[in-house]
Amino acid sequence: MNMFLDYLLTAIPLGMTFLFGCTGEILTEKSGHLNLGIPGIMCMGGACGCLALHVMYGSALPPFLILILAVLAAFAGGVLMGMIYSFLTVSLKANQNVTGLAMTTFGVGTTKFIMSSLATEAMSYLYALDYFRFPFADSSTSLKYCGVLMYVAILIALAASFVLSRTKVGLHLRAVGENPATADAVGINVTLYKYVATGIGSGIAALGGLYYIMDYSGSYEAYKSIEALGWLAVALVIFTLWRPHISIIGSILFGMLYLAGSHLPTLLGIRLDMSATPLLQMLPYVVTIVVLIVTSVSKKRENQPPAALGLPYFREER
Amino acid sequence: MNKPVALEMKKVSKYFGTLAANKDVDLTVYRGEILAILGENGCGKTTLMNMIAGIYYPDHGTIAVDGQEVVIRSPKDAFRHGIGMIHQHFKLVDLFTAAENIVLGVDSEEKFNIRDVNRRVQEIADKYGFRIDPKKKIYEMSVSEKQTVEILKVLYRGADILILDEPSAVLTPQETDKLFDILRRMRADGKSILIITHKLHEVLSISDRVAVLRKGEHVATVETAQTNESQLTEMMVGKKVELNIDRPEPKNVTDRLEIKHLSMTDAEGVKILDDVSFTARSGEILGIAGIAGSGQKELLESIAGLCHPIEGEILYHNPKNDTTENLRDKDPVAIRELGVRLSFVPEDRLGMGLVGNMDLVDNMMLRSYRKGHSMFVDRKKPGDLAKKIVEELEVSTPSTHTPVRRLSGGNVQKVLVGREIAAAPTVLMAAYPVRGLDINSSYTIYGLLTKQKEQGVSVIFVGEDLDVLVELCDRILVICGGRVTGILDGRKTTKEEIGLLMTKAERADAPELTEKEGN
Repeated sequence: MNMFLDYLLTAIPLGMTFLFGCTGEILTEKSGHLNLGIPGIMCMGGACGCLALHVMYGSALPPFLILILAVLAAFAGGVLMGMIYSFLTVSLKANQNVTGLAMTTFGVGTTKFIMSSLATEAMSYLYALDYFRFPFADSSTSLKYCGVLMYVAILIALAASFVLSRTKVGLHLRAVGENPATADAVGINVTLYKYVATGIGSGIAALGGLYYIMDYSGSYEAYKSIEALGWLAVALVIFTLWRPHISIIGSILFGMLYLAGSHLPTLLGIRLDMSATPLLQMLPYVVTIVVLIVTSVSKKRENQPPAALGLPYFREER
Repeated sequence: MNKPVALEMKKVSKYFGTLAANKDVDLTVYRGEILAILGENGCGKTTLMNMIAGIYYPDHGTIAVDGQEVVIRSPKDAFRHGIGMIHQHFKLVDLFTAAENIVLGVDSEEKFNIRDVNRRVQEIADKYGFRIDPKKKIYEMSVSEKQTVEILKVLYRGADILILDEPSAVLTPQETDKLFDILRRMRADGKSILIITHKLHEVLSISDRVAVLRKGEHVATVETAQTNESQLTEMMVGKKVELNIDRPEPKNVTDRLEIKHLSMTDAEGVKILDDVSFTARSGEILGIAGIAGSGQKELLESIAGLCHPIEGEILYHNPKNDTTENLRDKDPVAIRELGVRLSFVPEDRLGMGLVGNMDLVDNMMLRSYRKGHSMFVDRKKPGDLAKKIVEELEVSTPSTHTPVRRLSGGNVQKVLVGREIAAAPTVLMAAYPVRGLDINSSYTIYGLLTKQKEQGVSVIFVGEDLDVLVELCDRILVICGGRVTGILDGRKTTKEEIGLLMTKAERADAPELTEKEGN
């Protein structure tokens, strides 16, 4: 039992990385835009946040302010990436898949550049955060990984869920993603909604990158694995059927699946050859494919992606 | 009429390019009346209404609501003045409930709560006698329910002037009756209702007054009680225009294509074609007349094998070996392989006929690439054909390697018709081949069709200009709501006769013209 708890408590913090990316991508996709730039945006979030930490570390600023500014820097980095993506796909109506992949390549590369130039002072500033591990968070318990951003991730997901399902803004956003022509006809500013949803979504996703480096792993080297996690966040969107509140559970499950290679054999008391670990790491993707098959077969309309996802919107003009 | 004026249009004009969609239209609508807007296809009915609803902005003229001159630049502006339009194509989000669709885009100070919206929608529905569940999702609804949602959408925004664009086009007769009852109730409530239609019996049954439009101009507005079908038809179609299209007598006429009791339904189960029977003969042009969307497209597509009818036969008499074959339920390739040659000029030139981004040669190859026997495509023959078409039909293009989308509408049409004719068809079907073309290009196309007819091809021509149909075709099949309402002799018939048949919804009161009488 204790072993399972350990497993869960390492999976939850990891899962929050997915949750940031997933919530951000859901907001973007609800506006009808498939942003495959999420992995790159998450990397950029990490890089921008670390850059801000790097600049501020050693200054007289109180630690909590440093943290907040770093988070804002990561968010801003994400928004900037989102704006580039929106400009290309919303205003210029470029192909969303190609643009998204380009954003990922761009984001990953830029992050590598930024992070390698920060390398000298490596770790120390990341522990600014140790002040903000609560509740019960000291390094002696299993909750050592649970930093403040983890709770932020859950709050953002709940807020996104509320906005989407209960508010007029959410209704309008969903209308834009389902049927932009209809939204346009009733006077909703389609372009504005797409820009704002993509911008905020990218900002939220970017927090995931910073969270992973600063909070989850506490190691600057961690930026190297963000891209892979970013793709899982995109897969998680499909797994959760575009619902942010389900994605909280989904992200934890994905965290568990992702760590299955190191925890599952011990938990089950079996010994597994090292070469089998990568097979277990495939699990999240396999599960996503299964979900895709199940939802496609059931054809329930509520479980389908937004109807206008991936399609550029041209206003009909004569 | 002592009712107060709700809406007044003065000298309203709208141009698309140089083409006048509406010219100096004057229109007055009173409170508590139903005004029918009547006219042929493309006479500017919908454009005129779109100007009131804020979709288009008039180039000249003024619009006044309740005596106050207003500027309507967007549908939102229209709503502010109490004007709402129910479009023919519903603009609804399938995944949303009725109430969610209705409240979409409404500005209000109150806190948004879907339960309040549900209740208010239900109140409005009860008031006018709509039957609707506000919580039902659109994708679970029938067409008439969707229309109800559209009407409620407009009423929810507080509209006093409602514009309905061909509301009965998608409804069954029973549903139409119900809708009309509701409209009468709204009229009693003091609302003004404008209803666009080309069904004469509906005009007579529901409207108080009728405004007739022809070629973008307002012909007259008459009291419904003081008019009748033939007077309205005459106002709609106007006087005959002499076009002087060459029409040689058909020679060596034999039956080529025999359609028997063809029926078809659309995805929603509504009948698009209903027991259609006729014969197309070699060496003559059979015209098909009808309001747009009466089933012409489906008829041609089912002959070409692009869609499948539920009932009936399509018999093809093969001139080569004197056999008869049923084309029904065969796919287009199978139809070709049987030696049956149908060349099809679809309504939407670039959508179905040609690929815009490909050049002339490649577009020629779309028809011929199967013929090659080696693994490489043969570009030479299509290239020669493209050159031949450019020369013979005087297509103005920089070269045969210019993407088709860069050509003007007329030239695109010539390329398409040219390619279809080059396949040496025995039946040539052309749907709206002169749509959007200038006069000269149109005559070139008419000439091409006539030449095909002289070569013994059976030409089927779907047209919208009655003047052309009357002068070009040997026989004219009139179709209305998926039914054949008459087959007329092109040399003897008149525009009025066709116009009347085009707008007959009930076959019972159409003259029972069969194949033989049509001769």
